[in-house]
Amino acid sequence: MTDGRLPSRLDGIARKLNGPNTLGNSKAFWIAFAVGMVGMIAYPLIRGSYAAGQTSLFLVYGLLALSLSLIWGYTGILSFGQVAFFGIAGYTYAIVSLNLGGAFGQTVALPVAVAVATLSAFVLGYFMFYGGVKNVYVAILTLVVTLVLETFMAQTAGAEWAIGSVQLGGFNGIPGIRNFALGVEGASISLSGSGFYWFVLALLLVAYLGARMLVNSRFGYTLVAIREDAERTTMLGYNVKRVKLAVFTLSGALAGLSGVLYATWGNYMDPSVFTIVFATIPIVWVTLGGRESLLGAIVGTVIIERLRLWFSVNASEFAIVFVGVILMTTVLLVPRGILPGIRDGYVFFSEHGIREGIERGRLTIQTRLQARLASLGVGGTETETPPSSEAVRE
Amino acid sequence: MTSGFGATGMLTPLIIGDVLGTLDSVGVPIPQLLQMADNIAFIALAAIGLTIIFGMMGVINLAHGEFIMMGAYITTLSVNVASIPLPIAMLLGALGTAIFGAIVERTIVRRLYGRLLDSMIVTFGLGLILTQGTRIIFGNSLQSIGTPFGQVPGYTYSGYRVLLLFAAIGVLGAVYLVFTRTEFGVQARATIQDPETAQAMGVDTDRMYTITFAIGSGLAGLTGALYAPSATIVPGMGQSFLVESFVTVVTGGSSVLLGTALAGGILGTINAIFSNLYGNFIGQIALLITAIIVIRLLPDGLTGLANTVRDKLGERQ
Repeated sequence: MTDGRLPSRLDGIARKLNGPNTLGNSKAFWIAFAVGMVGMIAYPLIRGSYAAGQTSLFLVYGLLALSLSLIWGYTGILSFGQVAFFGIAGYTYAIVSLNLGGAFGQTVALPVAVAVATLSAFVLGYFMFYGGVKNVYVAILTLVVTLVLETFMAQTAGAEWAIGSVQLGGFNGIPGIRNFALGVEGASISLSGSGFYWFVLALLLVAYLGARMLVNSRFGYTLVAIREDAERTTMLGYNVKRVKLAVFTLSGALAGLSGVLYATWGNYMDPSVFTIVFATIPIVWVTLGGRESLLGAIVGTVIIERLRLWFSVNASEFAIVFVGVILMTTVLLVPRGILPGIRDGYVFFSEHGIREGIERGRLTIQTRLQARLASLGVGGTETETPPSSEAVRE
Repeated sequence: MTSGFGATGMLTPLIIGDVLGTLDSVGVPIPQLLQMADNIAFIALAAIGLTIIFGMMGVINLAHGEFIMMGAYITTLSVNVASIPLPIAMLLGALGTAIFGAIVERTIVRRLYGRLLDSMIVTFGLGLILTQGTRIIFGNSLQSIGTPFGQVPGYTYSGYRVLLLFAAIGVLGAVYLVFTRTEFGVQARATIQDPETAQAMGVDTDRMYTITFAIGSGLAGLTGALYAPSATIVPGMGQSFLVESFVTVVTGGSSVLLGTALAGGILGTINAIFSNLYGNFIGQIALLITAIIVIRLLPDGLTGLANTVRDKLGERQ
């Protein structure tokens, strides 16, 4: 896949970025990606600073989605706990930055908060994976941890719940978190609107490319091996527990970074990030976009959040119903998510042409209908699987 | 279940009062004991529907809390709107949820056997729709129907909550009888153990799955119905059962009756002690830590431990 005309260093980078574990390894993809990036960078200039500030939340959430894609899509560990690390980092950031105050406080609070989230992920992951907790039990335990955190933060309304000068505030949360700033007192830049947008965009880009390199490295192959068959991977001599713990910790760190940015974006932090609804949202993004695709996770995030924003303005009480419906229909109808679906379609049509594609679509519908009629509406539609992902990847 | 509310049922709190009075006079800490009974009943009832569906079918129903909520809503609405007597309303709650569960199994869960995590996610989505749908249709809360039976004589403790312990024991006993002593139970367990052989022996495995799921859902509905008189009826009420029920499933392991009973007893006691001493949050944390320790030591939960003990005893004989 590497292009001989590229300078050798660029060639080396390209080889690290491309591989069987990511969608879009062709030159055409990277050109489209670059064009898309230019559009993203230019967005604040076209739509103005306020719109950019609003949109930057989607990018913040994109980091959270990436973290879930790594742990769930690539390693096969369903974690409802990403929002827990997200919230822990957000709260830590609020407490540290408000206690220290000033731009320096905020600059210090960022790494501290991410470190606390990482450590929490490490501790929880250690107890789970080295404790032999597997499959659904991981999902349940992470969910329970998140819900317990909600219970805890919700009852911190009293004055005795203060860390330094910061009241935890129970349901009301911690208000007055300042916009993110970098630097020390007197020589700092405060980030809001367009500035914050570009900052988050840069972080997301680095995280995305870094995650691509990761999943296409030897480590990434191990992750996919664990997803496909953990026992066999153990038999082949890999330390599955350690790899799981490593990726869980890493994705906890990524979720933590997202949480810090969330806290500075909204200027407050409250226990709603630990609720069961918020814990579901990342699952919805990643399911819709395609969990085995890093870009899909981000695209899914932007689509869902855009629609949720529309709902919250026009029909707020139906927003959650919509989220539930999207979740169910995606899993039932497009189990691999839309981006891999589109890619499969593209690969098929470019290989076989449109006529054959339509013909095959007709056949598929026919066989499905027949199967449906034969079983009198008793399922049996799962016989038609999309073409094997390994075979069609470039 | 509901026969306890008849003429003899009305007397039960009085009898309990006498018994407790006797116990109190010999120095048994009654209030703590009542609290413990309450917690054990709560945990066992919260988990039973979930454990049946998980233990028998390997499916985690994340809409479990919403099924409980549905049972409570049907019960409350039957009493409030149609003025149906409470025991019958409770039966309706359990029955309605069971029917809903059967529909869900036929239309959704069936397509996802063998895709465990996917079935989790889909039921999760279903739970969201149910909660919010209920909120849209019935508003933020329903008028409560009031707790029958008053207080345990001599103590500031609801007599009804004490009766729930007997309800929990009754439910566990009934589940045990259904799955071990009836033709259906044998067929259902055969289906779970080896679907192909069961099919070859003439068992309609599709029907078994549907009925098992319906029973699990119905029991969740019954739990909701039983707690309807003493709980606040809000769309999100199912969530207050979630932590307890999932921790119980994790701790108890795959055996429906043994696991739930053992885990319910142990977790209920721990929860009661810690909640009494340090409040609700620490009680939940204690549950969580217990669950993690149990899984760390016993990969198959308490079921695994019980089986090991049984095997060892068997060897000795």
